[in-house]
Amino acid sequence: MQHYNMDLTLKVWRQQNRNAQGGFETYQVKDISSEMSFLEMIDVLNEKLIHEGGDPIAFDHDCREGICGTCSMVIDGRPHGPWKGTTTCQLHMRAFKNGETIVIEPFRANSFPVLKDLVVDRKAFDRIIQAGGFISVNTGNAVDGNAIPIDKDDADNSFAAASCIGCGACVAACKNSSAMLFVSAKVSHLALLPQGAPEKSTRVAAMVDQMDKEGFGSCTNTYACEAECPKEISVMNIARLNREYLASSFNADK
Amino acid sequence: MPDAKIPAGPLETKWTKYKSSVRLVNPSNKRKIEVIVVGTGLAGASAAASLGELGYKVKAFCYQDSPRRAHSIAAQGGINAAKNYQNDGDSVYRLFYDTIKGGDYRAREANVYRLAEVSNNIIDQCVAQGVPFAREYGGLLSNRSFGGTQVQRTFYAAGQTGQQLLIGAYQAMERQVALGTVEMFSRHEMLEVVVIDGKARGIITRDLVTGKVERHFGHAVLLCTGGYGNVFYLSTNAMGCNVTAAWKAHRQGAYFANPCFTQIHPTCIPVSGDHQSKLTLMSESLRNDGRIWVPKKQGDNRIATEIPEDERDYFLERRYPAFGNLVPRDVASRAAKERCDAGHGVGTSKQAVFLDFADAIQRYGKAEVSKRNLGQVDAVSVTQLGKEVIKEKYGNLFDMYEKITGENPYVVPMRIYPAVHYTMGGLWVDYELMTTVTGLYCLGEANFSEHGANRLGASALMQGLADGYFVIPYTIGNYLADEVGKSHISIDHPGFMEAEKKVSKHLAELMKINGKQSVESFHKRLGKIMWDKCGMARNAEGLKQAIQEIRALKKEFWSDLRIPGKIDEMNPELDKAGRVADFLELGELMCIDALERNESCGGHFREEYQTSEGEALRDDAGYMHVAQWEYFHDQWKLHKEPLNYEVVKPSQRSYK
Ligand SMILES: Cc1cc2nc3c(=O)[nH]c(=O)nc-3n(C[C@H](O)[C@H](O)[C@H](O)COP(=O)(O)OP(=O)(O)OC[C@H]3O[C@@H](n4cnc5c(N)ncnc54)[C@H](O)[C@@H]3O)c2cc1C
Ligand code: SF4
Ligand code: FES
Repeated sequence: MQHYNMDLTLKVWRQQNRNAQGGFETYQVKDISSEMSFLEMIDVLNEKLIHEGGDPIAFDHDCREGICGTCSMVIDGRPHGPWKGTTTCQLHMRAFKNGETIVIEPFRANSFPVLKDLVVDRKAFDRIIQAGGFISVNTGNAVDGNAIPIDKDDADNSFAAASCIGCGACVAACKNSSAMLFVSAKVSHLALLPQGAPEKSTRVAAMVDQMDKEGFGSCTNTYACEAECPKEISVMNIARLNREYLASSFNADK
Repeated sequence: MPDAKIPAGPLETKWTKYKSSVRLVNPSNKRKIEVIVVGTGLAGASAAASLGELGYKVKAFCYQDSPRRAHSIAAQGGINAAKNYQNDGDSVYRLFYDTIKGGDYRAREANVYRLAEVSNNIIDQCVAQGVPFAREYGGLLSNRSFGGTQVQRTFYAAGQTGQQLLIGAYQAMERQVALGTVEMFSRHEMLEVVVIDGKARGIITRDLVTGKVERHFGHAVLLCTGGYGNVFYLSTNAMGCNVTAAWKAHRQGAYFANPCFTQIHPTCIPVSGDHQSKLTLMSESLRNDGRIWVPKKQGDNRIATEIPEDERDYFLERRYPAFGNLVPRDVASRAAKERCDAGHGVGTSKQAVFLDFADAIQRYGKAEVSKRNLGQVDAVSVTQLGKEVIKEKYGNLFDMYEKITGENPYVVPMRIYPAVHYTMGGLWVDYELMTTVTGLYCLGEANFSEHGANRLGASALMQGLADGYFVIPYTIGNYLADEVGKSHISIDHPGFMEAEKKVSKHLAELMKINGKQSVESFHKRLGKIMWDKCGMARNAEGLKQAIQEIRALKKEFWSDLRIPGKIDEMNPELDKAGRVADFLELGELMCIDALERNESCGGHFREEYQTSEGEALRDDAGYMHVAQWEYFHDQWKLHKEPLNYEVVKPSQRSYK
């Protein structure tokens, strides 16, 4: 792999706090190595800002290996940037060329208010899980792990849905700010397992209800979510949610 | 010396007897008792969920924006349990024995035996919660091997085991939030333990969004705040991982045990340059199929695929034929360092060795051909079939490797090098997981127990969940039974007010320094001292220098640090500054501990103490104890908890 250095112009959204008016600021960074991660490039800029007596850019990040779902950012109009199936923290600078201008914004959605600069509040996702994204089993109540064999395909599909990292890029990608991909991934993860089946219909109804209460928009099947999801969660899950939801409304007064 | 409170009687009955005789709190009283849980990783989330289910009023805290993001999420390879589903001779005793031996005989027998006993319940619990573990075609759970064992006892969910286990615990906890038994405070950092009349009674936190300093009462406080590997700056830990909660507790009287016991993981992606902010693990599970090698010739610059078979040195297979590539981590890491130091390293930095899947791809490819009855098949198709099997097993790790390095590991071998990964040391706890501060408990990686001087792969997830789901729900009752009827202490009590004042003063002092250098630059320099002198190999001379250098760095930190912004707003630089201030103190203690331990054991390798073959040389007569450090006024006093091996007979560890 050929490494190279680059100079870049960055247009970054700055906003002091939740209530302040935000706007773009322009920065120049020099000698950025193609081997750096995108966030390491921001680190370089922040070090420079601190050194010059300025205020560094606040952004969310923690694991920096694409699994915790903390990092966000919309990069050149795309949540998590240009690489398919990749979080912002796993995006590397070889994706960019010398002299480019990069526009960096927070995830935008009414249900994800900006807290500072690129940091948003995603607590709405936790509340959706509280509404029903679990299996009701207390510690100590379990039977042997092999007591109920699970069809391998079901287990694999459940796992694929469960690999959602709760980052919210699907919401940021959607013109309606719908959270359907996130919610459907959880509904599928649990509904596909025999352990999750008993609560299937109450779960889907409660989670969808909470999603609506949080103010996420409705799904109009544009599939922008699937295209931007860093874990490539499939829209098939949305179809499954819709089926489960329909079934649950028929069962409503069982 | 604090009492470890190990129950009397034979090893196999200690926990059962303890459970049936421990004092209980009745359900109506539980509702009146408040428990603070700091941290929502596997240890904290499982504890908060289980205590909430029992009826206690729980308040849980984490610094991330959601409890689901604790660094447990990043665990890749798997979780051990003594199920013996593979019928390969596993048992509770064998898991216990492997863990004691893997830890180089520096862990407590009673704790480790209990861990092995509850391991099976963990798997059952996780399956019931909907953790989608890998399964075989028959629908039953699948297992893989991990280092330091000769059985297949590791349960996994592709390369995302930690994520799936944490989501299970997180969901159980969110269910309790909905039921009102758990109250969650995310983006809150604990900055002090409140001790009143000798008992932990609450914590002081800072709201990381508004900067507000807050007081919280609890009849008991549980610290589940993870490991301190970030003292090295570069590690496989998340950027926010810190020692702050444990360190504040230490300064309030909790002894710190074996701080120098850190684990360097053999298979991580090597450093690529000065900009490096963290290191990424390539799971140990890869050593099931990957073969580690370096060129026999020093300074060989040919690309891997051009180096013929007989010019390669598969040094782990050569040195340790019985365990081969699956020797424990400390052994594998040192062997890789030894080869690189001897001039056989690969890649531009020469600080790397190969992890090669070419053989495994061929082996799996051929197996697929016969499994699918394909008859005569050309070499390209065999390779293709083999790659598909590898992809199913390790796909996400291979993708991760490619994103970071830009190289395709299906075609060229991975380049890997050891990196700081886990800390065996931590707050000292007794059998009940209580620290030396009454009412203050410590769970998960943050405590010192179970893993001795070296942790075996897939055992940290097991320990975190054992502590939270199956140990603390019992042991905490033994303490809280006495608290029934004791009223809630007002957060306006002078004990709370003073603790809050102390925290505010500390924050103001950090801001006031108003110097020139960034937190990051200090952290980097500390990390370099630690890695060079208290890392994979240590010696007395280097450790003495490191102590002086850290003291000088600490002085410079407190006179030339610059933190932009204000206290009463979101200020990530201030958050980091507080953490680095604590790392500077911890770093010194780690070096002191490493200097004091004149032996090599597990991950602690003192160059002065090695066998003629370069293996760790223990000194059981002098050091078969847990080092417990007591803090006062920037100095430490050493206490020792002797380790008595009643069942296992310590011997020189051998993986040959
Ligand atoms: C990359 C990687 C891969 C791993 N793979 C494996 C594996 O395959 N198998 C295995 O067994 N082990 C593995 N481990 C080790 C294992 O993941 C950890 O030891 C374990 O998950 C730690 O869990 P924990 O609950 O103790 O801490 P964590 O999960 O680290 O949680 C710490 C919690 O404490 C909170 N916290 C910390 N400080 C504060 C504070 N001051 N105030 C408030 N909250 C605070 C955090 O917000 C977080 O919620 C791996 C580790 C890493 C880094
Ligand atoms: S579905 Fe994808 S984009 Fe949406 S939260 Fe999950 S991982 Fe993120
Ligand atoms: S920082 Fe964890 S996913 Fe990006």
